[in-house]
Amino acid sequence: MQHKVIDVKDVVIRFAGDSGDGMQLTGTLFADSSALDGNGISTFPDYPAEIRAPQGTISGVSGFQVHIGSEAVNTPGDFCDVLVAMNPAALKANAKWAKPTATIIVDTDSFDDTNMAKAGFKTDNPFTELGVEDRTLLVCPITTLTKESLKDSGMDNKSIVRCKNMFTLGMCFFIFNKELDNTYAYLEKKFKKKPELIEPNKKVLFDGFNYAANIQAAPNTYHVAPAKKEKGTYRNINGNQATAWGLLAASEKSGIPLFCGSYPITPATAILEELALHKSLGAKTLQCEDEIAGICTAIGAAYAGNFAVTTTSGPGLSLKSEALGLAMIAELPLVLVDVQRSGPSTGIPTKTEQTDLNQALYGRNGECPIMVMAAHSPSDCFEKAFYAGKFALEHMMPVILLTEGFLGNGSEPWRIPSMKDYPEIKAPRITSCDGPFKPFERDPQTYVRRWAVPGTKGLEHRVGGLEKAPAGNISSDPENHEMMVAARAKKVALTANDIPEIKVIGDPKAELLLVGWGGTFGHLLAAQEQLVSEGRSVALAHIDYINPLPKNTAEVLAGHKTILVCELNSGQFADYLRAKLPQYKYEQLNKVQGQPFIVKDIVDAAYKFIK
Amino acid sequence: MKYTAQDFKSDQQVRWCPGCGDHSVLASLQKALPIVADDRNYDLERFVFVSGIGCSSRLPYYMNTYGFHSIHGRATAISTGIKVANPNLSVWQACGDGDALAIGGNHFIHAIRRNIDINIVLFNNRIYGLTKGQYSPTSPLGKITKTSPYGTVEHPFNPGSVVLGARGTFFARGLDSELKLNTEIFQQSAAHDGCAVTEMLVNCVIFNDGAHKDISDRAYRADRTIILRHGEKMIFGANNDKGLILDRNNELQVVTIGVDGVTEADILVHDAHTPNTGLHSQLIDMKYPDYPVALGVIREVRDATYDDRVRDQLNDVAAKSSIHCMEDLLHSGATWEVK
Repeated sequence: MQHKVIDVKDVVIRFAGDSGDGMQLTGTLFADSSALDGNGISTFPDYPAEIRAPQGTISGVSGFQVHIGSEAVNTPGDFCDVLVAMNPAALKANAKWAKPTATIIVDTDSFDDTNMAKAGFKTDNPFTELGVEDRTLLVCPITTLTKESLKDSGMDNKSIVRCKNMFTLGMCFFIFNKELDNTYAYLEKKFKKKPELIEPNKKVLFDGFNYAANIQAAPNTYHVAPAKKEKGTYRNINGNQATAWGLLAASEKSGIPLFCGSYPITPATAILEELALHKSLGAKTLQCEDEIAGICTAIGAAYAGNFAVTTTSGPGLSLKSEALGLAMIAELPLVLVDVQRSGPSTGIPTKTEQTDLNQALYGRNGECPIMVMAAHSPSDCFEKAFYAGKFALEHMMPVILLTEGFLGNGSEPWRIPSMKDYPEIKAPRITSCDGPFKPFERDPQTYVRRWAVPGTKGLEHRVGGLEKAPAGNISSDPENHEMMVAARAKKVALTANDIPEIKVIGDPKAELLLVGWGGTFGHLLAAQEQLVSEGRSVALAHIDYINPLPKNTAEVLAGHKTILVCELNSGQFADYLRAKLPQYKYEQLNKVQGQPFIVKDIVDAAYKFIK
Repeated sequence: MKYTAQDFKSDQQVRWCPGCGDHSVLASLQKALPIVADDRNYDLERFVFVSGIGCSSRLPYYMNTYGFHSIHGRATAISTGIKVANPNLSVWQACGDGDALAIGGNHFIHAIRRNIDINIVLFNNRIYGLTKGQYSPTSPLGKITKTSPYGTVEHPFNPGSVVLGARGTFFARGLDSELKLNTEIFQQSAAHDGCAVTEMLVNCVIFNDGAHKDISDRAYRADRTIILRHGEKMIFGANNDKGLILDRNNELQVVTIGVDGVTEADILVHDAHTPNTGLHSQLIDMKYPDYPVALGVIREVRDATYDDRVRDQLNDVAAKSSIHCMEDLLHSGATWEVK
């Protein structure tokens, strides 16, 4: 049979195996290599909470989906063209995601009676049982081949078996006509301190590639052309890294050193880890004794004149709520990043959701409005983290930035911006003033107070959680309290003058307006594009700034037959819009499964409202 | 002197109850700080007072310095952030026994463990005053309060033991009525590079009057307390004839000079600087009626501070790193060009 290389627009590959099988690394390497080839990429790691969940079971399956395209891709893809299943449980958990035309690669060595039983198969033909027997099946003895490949490496058996993911990666590289060089370079760097592991890993990758070639693993192999992209220098970035970098960028633009007080929590920890790396940019990171200390050390640092940051996920936001009120009443700049995960309580900690919106908007005692904004893609985390810093520092207030596990762990190619394209950040710092310093005296236009930091001669003053009069003294006066409550709220509301307006994608008067916020953007955009290509009148309004809403929100929502608010919760943003803009009727599409939307969810929901 | 006590007084009226022990602690602070400013060459704007919630936590409002009255239990975390952000500041913290040892216990022990260079003044009146009379983590076993009408059934903390358990480098104990001693302690606290904890035994005239009456009354205070100073003999008593020795079990014992052949030479010399916690622990534990209660600086040992280590690491990494601005960072690692 003549081997052909077929050009395809995009493909989706899902790597699945035991949580110890190295599927996250395999997927990441495939994504990075594709990114370097110039493909559009979007990734979705989907892994269990346990570091090494019970071997061979469904609950222990770790997955990593990569979508690569010859154009920019907006989502990690609904269904996959290639499914790699390293054991029966991985096959069982992921078979439903395989397209009818998919190729399924399995390691037949792991399909023994024990593993079949652990995965709950009732017959000895897993493919028939799952109804995927008609897919292209590559049933390969991957473990055996890996052992054979490395039998002279001098490595022990356990270490050899751990290399089977590299063998699989080599096979995938063949199927998609990828060069091995990028991954060779990566392996050389990764094992710099264990050089004895470099050659065996390269060898097994190479052998996997050749094996696939020799068995004619696929009747045809595929080539995804580089995406046509704007000129520039690109890199691959995930949302948590982008968030950390955006914060560092705000620090640089403001000339104010960054301080991050945090406590490790999935899926936000990588932001603290990333910031901890960059001491050369003057960033101080303090891994605290708990979430409360995370925000309180940050508040102390803000009072002392640093750009204060605390990073967390939902349960941590709960713990920080009292202190967030303190930052708000003391009117100190602070960025709180909440990388949302499935809740309530511990919930499903490694899975993504948008269920902290209400908590971010309302979760404090007293009248305590806080600016809330959300990032809509992994690379947008950079942009939003930068602006969260800008708003916090320029408006002397805490800002909550909502991202999601899906964004934090997901990655995409990113055209590296120039710092010259970002605005200056001018905090209202003062070093002297006429007359005695009144800490809560406000700018009449913006309602922003001035920032005098300890160490500044003559501006000594006290702040705190007790209500104050503008001069800074404690006040229990009823009228003063009401005036201060209103002034603090107005300060937040006035930021609407500085936030960008919503840009509707598609016809601004479309019959159906999809409304979303946060990490659902890619799926909503893909759905909107599909619906429009089918000739339907559909537009998308994706809202990044939630409190306050952009000034043109009412105008954007007007004139549609249907407004469909799509979100990964039970309707928190829809309810918020009902409260803020009750003149419109809001339909809802909700999903609370700890999983992102798939494009089909949205398209199917849209069909109900539009023919 | 560059400053007087008056310079440290704010224009706010002090609102503690008449007879509250906090008044004299405030007075000794305002007396000590001008001396500290001279000793350390600090200007007024370098002092920051931080507090949590409770009666004593009102203190920052009475100081004419930078101040932050925060939320219950969190003063230590706020102080930590302030000091790390700007190590040049002289950070002082006022907190109560409930604030530091109950709701804020976690921050308290970790600040001590890290040896962050702050001065913690722990006002211990063994009661919750601002909430009107509930037992605290330092109320003695059996204490009858509004929330323990039949007496508490739990052992109290000894704050000094908590400090030692967290590898504290400085612990002192003062008494509200000992103005001169307190002033001396605050000077040493300021001079200590590291986390300095001073337990101030204070009376609460309203909800726990006589909180420390076993030792505080002037009539017998000299016989029931011992003021420890580094390098000096552990001698006490109205007649300066009592002292402390170690018995054959290496336990502290009170002796009288001139009785049973005991001479002044037999009396222990206080060594606050030894890292060994053994004797410090025994001194901290001394209780009436078996022993005099130890006052003064009981422990003051040297160790690197957290804030110094943060700064040093920052400088070390910066010296070695090739990334010095955002543009460097953005272009670091794997990138590719699209032309």
